[in-house]
Amino acid sequence: MNLYSAGKVAFRSLRANKMRSALTMLGMIIGVAAVIIMVAIGEGANRRISAQIASVGSNLLLVLPGSTTSGGLRSGFGSAPTLTMADARAVGKELSSVRAASPAMRSSGPVVYGNQNWSTILQGAAPEYLDMRDWKVTSGRNFTAQEMDAASKVCLLGQTVSDYLFGTEDPVGKIVRIKRSPFTVVGILDRKGQSPQGQDQDDVVILPITTLQKKLAGSAHAGVVGVIMVQAVDADRIKEAERQVTALLRQRHRIGPGQDDDFSVRNLSEMLALAESATRIMSLLLGGIASVSLVVGGIGIMNIMLVSVTERTREIGIRMAVGARERDILSQFLIEAVLLALTGGAFGILFGAGGAVLTSRFAGWTTVISPAAVFLAFGFSAAVGVFFGYYPARKASRMDPIEALRYE
Amino acid sequence: MGVAAIEVSGLVKTYRLGDVTVEALKGVDLSIDAGEFLAVMGPSGSGKSTLMNILGCLDRPTSGKYLLDGRDVGGLSRDGRAILRRSRLGFVFQGFNLLPRLSARENVELPMIYDGTPAQDRRARAIAALSAVGLADRAHHLPSQLSGGQQQRVAIARAMVNTPAMILADEPTGNLDSATSEEIMGIFQRLNDERGITMVLVTHEPDIALFSKRVVRFLDGRIVEDRPVPDRRRPVPREAGG
Repeated sequence: MNLYSAGKVAFRSLRANKMRSALTMLGMIIGVAAVIIMVAIGEGANRRISAQIASVGSNLLLVLPGSTTSGGLRSGFGSAPTLTMADARAVGKELSSVRAASPAMRSSGPVVYGNQNWSTILQGAAPEYLDMRDWKVTSGRNFTAQEMDAASKVCLLGQTVSDYLFGTEDPVGKIVRIKRSPFTVVGILDRKGQSPQGQDQDDVVILPITTLQKKLAGSAHAGVVGVIMVQAVDADRIKEAERQVTALLRQRHRIGPGQDDDFSVRNLSEMLALAESATRIMSLLLGGIASVSLVVGGIGIMNIMLVSVTERTREIGIRMAVGARERDILSQFLIEAVLLALTGGAFGILFGAGGAVLTSRFAGWTTVISPAAVFLAFGFSAAVGVFFGYYPARKASRMDPIEALRYE
Repeated sequence: MGVAAIEVSGLVKTYRLGDVTVEALKGVDLSIDAGEFLAVMGPSGSGKSTLMNILGCLDRPTSGKYLLDGRDVGGLSRDGRAILRRSRLGFVFQGFNLLPRLSARENVELPMIYDGTPAQDRRARAIAALSAVGLADRAHHLPSQLSGGQQQRVAIARAMVNTPAMILADEPTGNLDSATSEEIMGIFQRLNDERGITMVLVTHEPDIALFSKRVVRFLDGRIVEDRPVPDRRRPVPREAGG
């Protein structure tokens, strides 16, 4: 018996018991829909985390100044107690595993343009900073190394600041006043959105760190920086970069063996990777719980197929008498079970996709229906059909034709 | 052909019913020539249905030999017997055994579905078989829309559609009135006469057995009588002008 006739036979017998087939499918529909929705929610969470990771920049280390600077016992004779511009330059130039390093320093203050003013974060950095954070300039340009060396009064505006101060006007080339000093806006930053901590990353003005130190912060010791941001050459060498940075800074700060660091190195990517793996585990868990209902749906199919085989014992006997082989009967019932499971699976995918859309509309969660999940759900329902249909089908195919013909 | 179509020797069949062993056949020897029309008679429990099941390759003997067209079929696997059933044998049962959800034509097509006959051929041959039993105009009816005699004719069409060597009929007239029975027996005789299909018929009605050429009587799992039918019955021709 070829597949086409077998499929036709299966379809007819399912249609003959419409209510029963529909209820059996319902089990599969609910199972598949649950898997699709759960995976969509999990994928959505993953995607949000990934986007946040990308917004921070990849393969980043953050060097923070030491917090134990008060004790008189520390023997950092002749070394600076905090991080310096020279440290940042050394880290950026001397280490094989480091692609770039940028000193950074934060302050805050009002930015004024015309009759508009806006208090925001003033981020001092090196020109490399934008590239390290994978931050594009949408119009205008980044500031240059020369401008940094000269402590020029130039700045880049984040989208939020630009919106508040300039509205629809083009800020590039305009003069803004930051803490009463005039600054030329050289560029506008691309929109970055929220940071993993929920801060608006576009509410910022970026300017050369030297300018911030000299003209604005009024820092007692020029050359001192807040943090050093370090980018490793690639993801595999982050650990190595961490070691090299630590070793270099210990040497530069003349910290002897056994003494504590007067700085600390944090792996930003690692923290975010942790968050990512947490959501991944969550989405696996959700999918796992949902697939339990898929298994329950499969048991429903098995149950109804067993009933069907018993009910149709006589039919099986007749088919055997006219020459059906074991595998003809086996495939007939197996195809019936798979057809039930696949039809249920197809409806389940539809309802699941609809459910995911509704979830993101009403609950405001990001949901992502990946083609892989759809194919997987479809394949899985076929597998459920085969797995749970096999036993009843085999039972049918092993019947004794004489007994089966006699069955009332 | 000359050779006996069926050669059975020392056929024994025992069933186990719990602790009791029942001997349904206690050593049966029988040969049936090609083109013969044999009626098997005997009281219920005499072993005639068991013999039919074995001859029809639905069951295997416990011991003994069964040659069909010179080929030993006793040792065939389940699938081997299934293939033999659909290519060489046809069955007609007392209860018609049509599939209720299939039309007459689809019921007749059933044996051809399993041997991979293309759908076009299947349809044509099923219609031809239905015409041969006078039911061409009922091809699209469901069994429930047909009378008992018509259902049995559909079953006969199904049995003959693969041009079998032998048709086995187990009490084919058991559920039918005498006029319809006569009609059915007439069809069997025609298939036997015109197409040379060997007929084996199980019945307990002596007047039905008279349609055959040879009667074998069973008692307690053995053949107790084997004689030709001297004055063969033919169906009464219908009144002309009907």
